[in-house]
Amino acid sequence: MFLGTIIYGLLNSAVLAVMAIGFNLTFGISGVANFAYGAMYIFSAYLSWTLFNLLELPYWLAVCASIPTTMALGALMYRFVLLRVRGQALSEVIATFGIGLAILELFNYLGFVGFEYTLPVLIDDSIMIGDTMVDWQRILVTGVAGLLVAGLWAFTHYTRMGLAFRGIAQDERTALTLGIESDRIAMLSVSLGCGLAALAATVIIPLGSISPSEGYEVLIKALAVCIIGGLGSTGGVIVASFLIGFAERFTDTYISSHWTMIVSLAAILLVLGFKPSGLFGRQKELEERI
Amino acid sequence: MGAGPLLALKALYKNFGGILAINDLSFELAQGELLGLIGPNGSGKTTAVNLITGFVKPSSGAVVYRGRTISGLPPYAIVRLGISRTFQMVKPFYQLPAYKNMIIPLCSPRVKQMAGGRYGDRDAVALDLLEEVGFERDAQVAYKSAAVLPQGYLKRLELAKAIALKPDVVILDELFSGLSLAEVASIVPIIERLRQEGKSIIMIEHRLKELFRIADRVVVLNFGQKIAEGRAEAVMASDAVKKAYLGVEA
Amino acid sequence: MERRKERIDRGIKVRAGDVFALCSWREMLYLLAPRLIPVLGFLLLPLILDNYWQKVLLSVAAFALLAISWDILAQSGMISLGQALFFGLGAYCSGVLTHVFGWPPLLALPVAALLGGLLSTLCLLPVLRLRGVYFSMVTLIIPLMLVRVVEATKIFGGTEGLSGIAPLPSKWIELYLIVGALLAALFGFRRMLDSDYGLVLKAIKDNDRSVINAGINIYWFKAQALFIASSLAALTGAFMTHVYMFVGMPVFALDYSILPIAAAVVGGPGTLAGATVGAVILVPLSEVLRGIGGLRIVFYGLFLVVFIVALPEGIFHYIQRKYHQFERWVEVQ
Repeated sequence: MFLGTIIYGLLNSAVLAVMAIGFNLTFGISGVANFAYGAMYIFSAYLSWTLFNLLELPYWLAVCASIPTTMALGALMYRFVLLRVRGQALSEVIATFGIGLAILELFNYLGFVGFEYTLPVLIDDSIMIGDTMVDWQRILVTGVAGLLVAGLWAFTHYTRMGLAFRGIAQDERTALTLGIESDRIAMLSVSLGCGLAALAATVIIPLGSISPSEGYEVLIKALAVCIIGGLGSTGGVIVASFLIGFAERFTDTYISSHWTMIVSLAAILLVLGFKPSGLFGRQKELEERI
Repeated sequence: MGAGPLLALKALYKNFGGILAINDLSFELAQGELLGLIGPNGSGKTTAVNLITGFVKPSSGAVVYRGRTISGLPPYAIVRLGISRTFQMVKPFYQLPAYKNMIIPLCSPRVKQMAGGRYGDRDAVALDLLEEVGFERDAQVAYKSAAVLPQGYLKRLELAKAIALKPDVVILDELFSGLSLAEVASIVPIIERLRQEGKSIIMIEHRLKELFRIADRVVVLNFGQKIAEGRAEAVMASDAVKKAYLGVEA
Repeated sequence: MERRKERIDRGIKVRAGDVFALCSWREMLYLLAPRLIPVLGFLLLPLILDNYWQKVLLSVAAFALLAISWDILAQSGMISLGQALFFGLGAYCSGVLTHVFGWPPLLALPVAALLGGLLSTLCLLPVLRLRGVYFSMVTLIIPLMLVRVVEATKIFGGTEGLSGIAPLPSKWIELYLIVGALLAALFGFRRMLDSDYGLVLKAIKDNDRSVINAGINIYWFKAQALFIASSLAALTGAFMTHVYMFVGMPVFALDYSILPIAAAVVGGPGTLAGATVGAVILVPLSEVLRGIGGLRIVFYGLFLVVFIVALPEGIFHYIQRKYHQFERWVEVQ
């Protein structure tokens, strides 16, 4: 039982990390808090579902179509909405929130709820680790989490665009003078964040089902992880995912599954109380903190 | 007041994510003195001011004011002790007229305390203060919206906000930058009047010529370290300073 | 040939508003009408409406109060995405005070407002030190998580909630209490925000460092603004508890967070009157649109986006401008 909890804690942490990393990336680069993140996650899941079940495309093609479409939607959102209110925190928050709300509630209205709305698992099998049964899909999610973190690190350290991303993140004005177009980069960052949400949906949704409330759930979890880890810090996302992931599993096993959310809430309040900018909040004393 | 310095920086270090912005900085400010703080761009002058005023906490070392360690206090508490500053980037409340901008410092607990709880009409006090820094009353400049004021007036407004707090130490962060010679010439008398009132002043400046005319003493920073200190002519003659400013071995 | 729009204050605005040379009834009316009409409207409407529309008026007033509370926070630089937190805490406080401790509703209301405000402020106190979106993020997730907490701990009736809570003595007291609260909040807090105290709050939003540099403890001021705004929303929550005679998990629902934001943004943020105008438009509209069910929230979302992008000043500022100024096209060069 203890070993099983450890294993599931690890898998759960990976799920959380995959959920949160896109939100965190967008915020880290362009400072846009994309409150439509959960909606993008659900949008891509429904799109894959529609392409796969109604148009009967092969599954890999459905996924390959829905991830870029979600990215395009994110880019459009930036180009036609966010660009006009760039730099006004109030407007950015309300605009993304409004878009997310409209998308999620539209799906809700159309009645896309139920167990038939799910995506197929890639490998329908499971293995035994000790006396714990683990399905391959969860292992896949863990693998994706690892690859994402490594990939993002390599991307931001070794590619031109990744370096430009980091440049904008550190000092927008200086980056501008060096010929980095901050609007283009910000658009890419929002788009990339949405793409990561879509990727997360592709690997995580098969574990459950698609429903609009899942969109809010994903947003809450992503926010919780980012608040605890410290916005914009990849290291923070990983540590916070482990923290919440294990805490949730242990609560589930040893107390009650109802209490898992309380643990997250308590963790958030506790971290905020001691370190308001999160465990790994970036050190920008004059900018981020007053 | 004791015989010691009014304000002293003691072996300050500040580390910004691995970069040493301030490296073992110590200097003192005597009562009534005008100290110039100079150095090339990025030498840590503004960080030093942020450390004194509490906007940034030092990694180690201490700032001592009237014998009391103030590093670690929140910035608003340091202001209440009588150290006020101007910001390099002036950012007034643009939608308000100039005199309404003065309401914020006039709402300060320090002002209330200094005035014994009664301060009279804030608008009237604001207009008086603005006139002191050169907002001509007849021309009604003080009533104009801060959004339409030229840079020279915005700098004066920034200065007036600092003076409104009736401080003992005033720190002026590049007050002259972006101003014409004539504008600087008209602000210098205001600073000299502050000195006559017994205020101690630290000035960060790139306009060395204007600064040296009024400064008692200068401290030169480079890469967060103090490389020279003393009277202006003596300091500028030193090799280290020449090297820092001109980048050549003198 | 280029054209540019020129806006000029109407003569009557200059005489009546700036110079205060009131020489005619027309000028006095010019000043009074925008204030008197809404006051009289809110006071007289309960008398002429039928039962159903009285309920609608009640929820107009309730959402207007939530929107005013949102606007007070927004003007102090805090963007709340979770008015439901304040609303819900107030509702639970009042519910528990009357249901468990047997207090009379009229006593429970003010106590619940203060208690709810205090709890909300304590919850959010740590976030006040941070700039930017942290406040929005935390206010969004806390009410959604509190729902689960109620569900898991089965506290105060759990998923069932507390029903059969004592109602207010009569329908008329109910109506005039909420309308009176709305008018008092609207004019009272408008005055507060125009005073020097309000100036400090707004200045914190614009340039917090400059305010700190005046020796002002901005966290203390932000906490005060948060307490004022959340108490107002908690009062609304407490009030609605007694109207529905029920308190339960729905009080933390997203509706109570979204509709106030939509009202304030559509009506025009920055003037509490705008928030009221927004509620007056949106709440009856959503009654009319009741038939389309969940699609309403989709429209709220789209409303938000359209107004933020295309008409960020909101309806109220637009009307105000038309009232005070005339516009004409002039040719440049």
